[in-house]
Amino acid sequence: MADIQERITKIIVDRLGVDEEEVKIESSFKEDLGADSLDVVELVMELEDEFDMEISDEDAEKIATVGDVVDYINSHQ
Amino acid sequence: MNLSLENRTYVVMGVANKRSIAWGIARSLSNAGARLVFTYAGERFEKGVRDLAESLDRKDSLVIPCDVTDDEQIKGAFTRIKEEVGVIHGLAHCIAFANVDELKGEYLNTTRDGFLLAHNISSYSLTAVAKEARGLMTEGGSIVTMTYLGGERVVSNYNVMGVAKASLDASVKYLANDLGKDGIRVNAISAGPIRTLAAKGVGDFNSILKEIEERAPLRRTTTTEEVGDTALYLMSDLSRGLTGEILHIDSGYHLLAR
Repeated sequence: MADIQERITKIIVDRLGVDEEEVKIESSFKEDLGADSLDVVELVMELEDEFDMEISDEDAEKIATVGDVVDYINSHQ
Repeated sequence: MNLSLENRTYVVMGVANKRSIAWGIARSLSNAGARLVFTYAGERFEKGVRDLAESLDRKDSLVIPCDVTDDEQIKGAFTRIKEEVGVIHGLAHCIAFANVDELKGEYLNTTRDGFLLAHNISSYSLTAVAKEARGLMTEGGSIVTMTYLGGERVVSNYNVMGVAKASLDASVKYLANDLGKDGIRVNAISAGPIRTLAAKGVGDFNSILKEIEERAPLRRTTTTEEVGDTALYLMSDLSRGLTGEILHIDSGYHLLAR
């Protein structure tokens, strides 16, 4: 569980160039972490690779916060 | 005849990130010894492109902005290229854009603005950059653009981008005719679907990939390395007799009837 969150945090830090401390479970990608819509698509692609899974367009559109990602990965592993 | 591109310089337009087809082309050209000039679309892409350029063995890449919707910027970019590198030997145009809302559902719903935007960025830009590049290709050259089967036949959700690719394909032929007398060849690579940032904007892209894996003659999806090596062929003297052509690098998928 913690491991999944750590892996997600690392991807977010790499992708968005933010500090690890800024990445909180309630952080919004667009409002708190400065992501634009392309960043979110890139993030989704990195997550698909990291967790060897497919995130549908519909599900990807629902991702707004770090917590959304953690929940999604946990429920689809 | 050899495949080396040493002492040659190529402009690569349209790298967004490591998954970009343009990046696959850049790596193939760089591995063959070429010096590269990268152009990026806007500030958003600058750092990513710089980081990728620095990861190459050759550290003398030039990285400059070029918004292809702006004639002045295109002019400025090629003026700068002329100042810094002088002669260029080829250009890879890997640029396309359409509103994501218009890459799903019915083509019929395309707006006038969306239609013009897709054609401006995805098709006219080739002509606009070819016009400026011509003056720098004093030793002859090779221009390569990226197209897709959706410009020849209907591909679900590809919509206005397909119509823009048809326009691009026609531009390749007319440009090949205009530039042939200057020893400049113009060709297109029609790549099979590749999981790039741009492709992710096309509705239900993952199922398009699955279809290729199951049905394409080679039973696998296209890689950016395959496209890169084809671009290397098109940029090298091995392809010196080829112009105005569209090469399908798509595991043979274009052969199939549905």
